[in-house]
Amino acid sequence: MTIIHVCIGSACHLKGAYNVIHGLQKIVEDRKLEDQIIIKANFCLGECTKAVSVRVNDNPILSVDEKNVETFFEEYVLGRV
Amino acid sequence: MRKFESKVQLIKYEVLREVSRFAMEGTLMDKYDQISRMIEPGPKSRSRCCIYKGRAIVEERVKLAMGGDKENPNIIEVIETACDECPINRFTITEACRGCLAHRCSEACPVDAIFHVGQRAYINQEKCIECGRCRDACQYNAVSDVLRPCRGACPTKAISIDENKKIVIDNEKCIQCGVCIVKCPFGAIMDKSFIVETIDLLKKSKEEKNLHLYAVIAPAVASQFKDVKIGQVITAIKKLGFHDVVEAALGADMVALHETHEFAETIEDKKIMTSSCCPAFVSYIEKCYPEFSKNISTSVSPMIAISRLIKKMDHKAKVIFIGPCTAKKAEVNQADVKGSTEYVLTFEELCAMIDAADIEIEKCEEDVLNNASFFGRIFARSGGLTESIKHIIEEENIQVEFTPVTCDGIAECDKALKIAKVGRLQGNFIEGMACTGGCIGGAASLHHGPKDRKDIDKYGELAIEKGVKDALRVFKVDEIDLHRDFKKL
Repeated sequence: MTIIHVCIGSACHLKGAYNVIHGLQKIVEDRKLEDQIIIKANFCLGECTKAVSVRVNDNPILSVDEKNVETFFEEYVLGRV
Repeated sequence: MRKFESKVQLIKYEVLREVSRFAMEGTLMDKYDQISRMIEPGPKSRSRCCIYKGRAIVEERVKLAMGGDKENPNIIEVIETACDECPINRFTITEACRGCLAHRCSEACPVDAIFHVGQRAYINQEKCIECGRCRDACQYNAVSDVLRPCRGACPTKAISIDENKKIVIDNEKCIQCGVCIVKCPFGAIMDKSFIVETIDLLKKSKEEKNLHLYAVIAPAVASQFKDVKIGQVITAIKKLGFHDVVEAALGADMVALHETHEFAETIEDKKIMTSSCCPAFVSYIEKCYPEFSKNISTSVSPMIAISRLIKKMDHKAKVIFIGPCTAKKAEVNQADVKGSTEYVLTFEELCAMIDAADIEIEKCEEDVLNNASFFGRIFARSGGLTESIKHIIEEENIQVEFTPVTCDGIAECDKALKIAKVGRLQGNFIEGMACTGGCIGGAASLHHGPKDRKDIDKYGELAIEKGVKDALRVFKVDEIDLHRDFKKL
């Protein structure tokens, strides 16, 4: 099981964290990966400058925005599933 | 530099700051008895007749700042040594008495308590029932009325005077609204503080990776700080060591949705429902109008809702609520919600801690605070909850008749409940807030002058999420228990 943590602390929220979550949910839905990937909202991940902060499992925090959700998913999530 | 309203507020702040400072240093247990000398260095007392009394009172304040009397479950305590300057007799006839012939005072007195000697009227205090008719009758305004300010302010008549002329709070009647704390001109009533427990948790969270301490901040923050920006306050809170700062207003969004659904489902049976977010109002119903206990919404308060959401999302979380309210300090200990929020701090205590840590708010950079919707944020003022419920009913197109009666302050709450008792309430929902203006008029606010509701609305408009459901769209709110069980109390 892969868990994608998306920060929804204030800074990330303002930069569109909700849209990143929705983007990821849609990708997971479209590719029917619901039983392999969990998307989890988190309050502050501690890297406010990287908003929107996203972490896959226990890996380092990455910066994602609503436009590069797809690329992020291909690059950092798909390989693990 | 913060402006203080009175010496009472200033001394309370200084005590809280010094207790915080020693607690942060880890020297509190060795040094707490030094604080009275720091605050009252002498040789003359700043606050009382002599330095010894001044220090004795500060010592009591230090005890309260460190949690107060553990045997007394009430959050509000009387500092006995500080309470003795008020006159015991409410009505007396002053020099303004002209010794007239009409004697309207004694004519008006229903218990024959007024007698005349020479050219003056006097009140026999043994007989006086404090009805005030002599005061109203005298055309020279010669009757002075000095009801103790605490007794005059208490909405539930929980305060009486004992044989030593000190006041006593009846815990069975007290609703912890805190108005007596604000009104006592001698600062003889104070709320217990949990700054020491909070500071201990902050230290622990620095050492232990398994502990994240969250600060939940009440939306009333928008009307608190005059010279600094909210964003700077957020930075200062984080500098104290909190893991994150989250808006209680997001909890208000959760509660509004839950309460609206509860209202739609139960109003046919209940006929009248009351709000449940103000703990002093809930307590007022339970103590003064117990027949309406079953009408109180069973939704938890926004503080409890957001605390449970945070803990659901982060298993390492512990939560401190920061607001303008004394009653919230009692709410966290109620049996059915205990364990959701760890401790409650007031804005007064927050400022004392920030200063104790030598954090200069005015030099802090601005951070952001944005989780909740416009509607969640306006919960801080009277009428906010009602607007939020209306908005959800419209959004979801729920077919239910919602006729709210908005009560601003405990006097209006009482009036609405009285009318409801005789079956004449023009409405099916009572929104009650014990403090005038709503939470923005809270007893533990930084200042108690008139507050501008517009400050709250302006702050509300800065929320990027406009509707309640927008703010909640990424949470599985259904998985969080937002139901109160009053039977456990």
